Amino acid sequence: MREINLFELKAIYRDSMRIRGYCFGEGEKTLCVVGAMRGNEVQQLYCCSLLVQCLKELEEQGKLVKGKSVLIIPCANTYSMNTGKRFWPTDNSDINRMFPGYDKGETTQRIAAGLFNTIKDYEYGIQFASFYMPGRFTPHVRIMKTGYENVEDAKKFGLPYIILRDPAPYDTTTLNYNWQIWETKAYSLYTQETGRIDKKSAVKVIDSVMRFMERNGIISHSGKSGHVSDVIPEGELLAVATAQSGIFESCVEVENQVKEGHVLARIIHPYNGSVLEEVKATGEGIVFFRHSDPMVYSGTVVFKIIPRSAFRHSKSSRVN
Amino acid sequence: MIEDIVSLGLPVDEKIVLRKNRILPECMDENTKRICIVTGTHGDELEGQLVCYEMNRILKENKGHLKGIVDIYPALNPLGIDTITRGIPGFELDMNRIFPGKKQGSMAENIALAVFEDIKGAEVCIDIHASNIFLREIPQIRISEQTAAELVPLAKLLNVDFVWVHSAATVLKSTLAHSLNTVGTKTLVAEMGVGMRITKEYGRQLCDGILSLMQHLGMWDGDVAPVREPIVSTDGRVEFVNAAMGGVFIPAIEHCMHVREGEYIGDIVNPMNGQVLVHITSPCNGLVFTLREYPVVDEGSLIARILGE
Repeated sequence: MREINLFELKAIYRDSMRIRGYCFGEGEKTLCVVGAMRGNEVQQLYCCSLLVQCLKELEEQGKLVKGKSVLIIPCANTYSMNTGKRFWPTDNSDINRMFPGYDKGETTQRIAAGLFNTIKDYEYGIQFASFYMPGRFTPHVRIMKTGYENVEDAKKFGLPYIILRDPAPYDTTTLNYNWQIWETKAYSLYTQETGRIDKKSAVKVIDSVMRFMERNGIISHSGKSGHVSDVIPEGELLAVATAQSGIFESCVEVENQVKEGHVLARIIHPYNGSVLEEVKATGEGIVFFRHSDPMVYSGTVVFKIIPRSAFRHSKSSRVN
Repeated sequence: MIEDIVSLGLPVDEKIVLRKNRILPECMDENTKRICIVTGTHGDELEGQLVCYEMNRILKENKGHLKGIVDIYPALNPLGIDTITRGIPGFELDMNRIFPGKKQGSMAENIALAVFEDIKGAEVCIDIHASNIFLREIPQIRISEQTAAELVPLAKLLNVDFVWVHSAATVLKSTLAHSLNTVGTKTLVAEMGVGMRITKEYGRQLCDGILSLMQHLGMWDGDVAPVREPIVSTDGRVEFVNAAMGGVFIPAIEHCMHVREGEYIGDIVNPMNGQVLVHITSPCNGLVFTLREYPVVDEGSLIARILGE
């Protein structure tokens, strides 16, 4: 294992902001993994630290395949992480909305450019990502449909779900999107948490990365075989929104099976404790996402359900 | 007439309500045109507040001259204005990157959809922004290349100093202006001043421009002050000056000044040891239409934008 400095930003009153990478093996740039790009992505940082440990042990055991190299970048935004900010501490800009970056541009454009110049030539790219709405996900792989997406390789993670997303305009400046445009096969992996550590889902995701590496001939390792992934277009997920606002009391967890009409959550009056609304499932399926904040606005999507029909489509596409 | 556009519940005993003030002419028919004056998408940009106030005042005092419908939306992001926050508190995407909005999304996306639907169909919309707290801008209209042919003639009536025709970045396709222009509602983005402040002369300058545009559209027959001829430029003539190092920026010029190539713009200094870290000079002859207002800079922070001669 070699530790390298990929980028450094100097400041007059703070230590430099450094982006460090951990390199394993020599040869073709095969896999790059990026962790926290926002200051609250603690789980994403933790996942990278676990992965570094795993790869270090494999390297010591001589289980890295010759001619392949792997780079792990646990954190690309120490300044926000160390000050409790999600975005860049001075101007609140998001590094993950600045790709491919610009080395003569503004600060976060320069950070994105510094990072991207190092990682754009890898064959595979994995980002441990977090979502713009607060909530818990079933661990899954997410791929943006750019025309360059590679769904077959995504199945090698062995995670239960692969979600295909049609990019919105604001997605076009993310790392995942730009990796694909530069011909890296890019995948975003979502675990259950962001701001706090959930070891169980972190281990699940690390196991999936190990499988992916083994199935792509990067390491020799025998682990659990994982799932046969269902490929679900994001548009097929059933969105369940609140009609009322108040205290949010969830009655289900992600991965629970629900039927139409099943009570998913209650919205409680914040003063008198009465139930303002029972949020009910709009169809039969599996809870894929649930809101995680204790309070909620009205008109907000608080659950996403994978409907049964999506599994049927997924199976037929598997046969085809 | 104050009207609610959308109302959604907040968790504890409060509603977020977006409102507009609709001002009607004394006579109307089915051909009466509508103009929308919109501001406050970014809660820390307040220059549009004076424009809304002044337009309300002028129209109230001169009602007989009004020949069209004027909708004034002073606060698209009321929670942001109240908390001195650019975005919607608790929602991480920029409100001006989620238009036209969607029903099955977050509260912010619901609000964006209601705003879009309410403005859609107007003859013209003026979306007023200030700069952020870091930069000061001269009054300008920003137009994407795709809509330039239709919008530049209207922008010239708005009494601004500069019309910037910029390239059409994909990420900007989710702005209010792009979304409205896409459905045929001509929308012009005004940018001026600095964040968290009101520059009175800029606000009044733009009000004169809005009245001039309304006169052109047959929506106003009162007096209109003569409007200035703006410089119209594309990206190619704009030079950016970014901080080569972090430190404290001490300007040596005033905003809106003409500079020569090589002329001294300012220094980035280190107050700890009295060292000048970077001596900044102009890369070209031109007009400094953007100048750094907030002194502390990181490497890469924008110092100035210069419109080359």
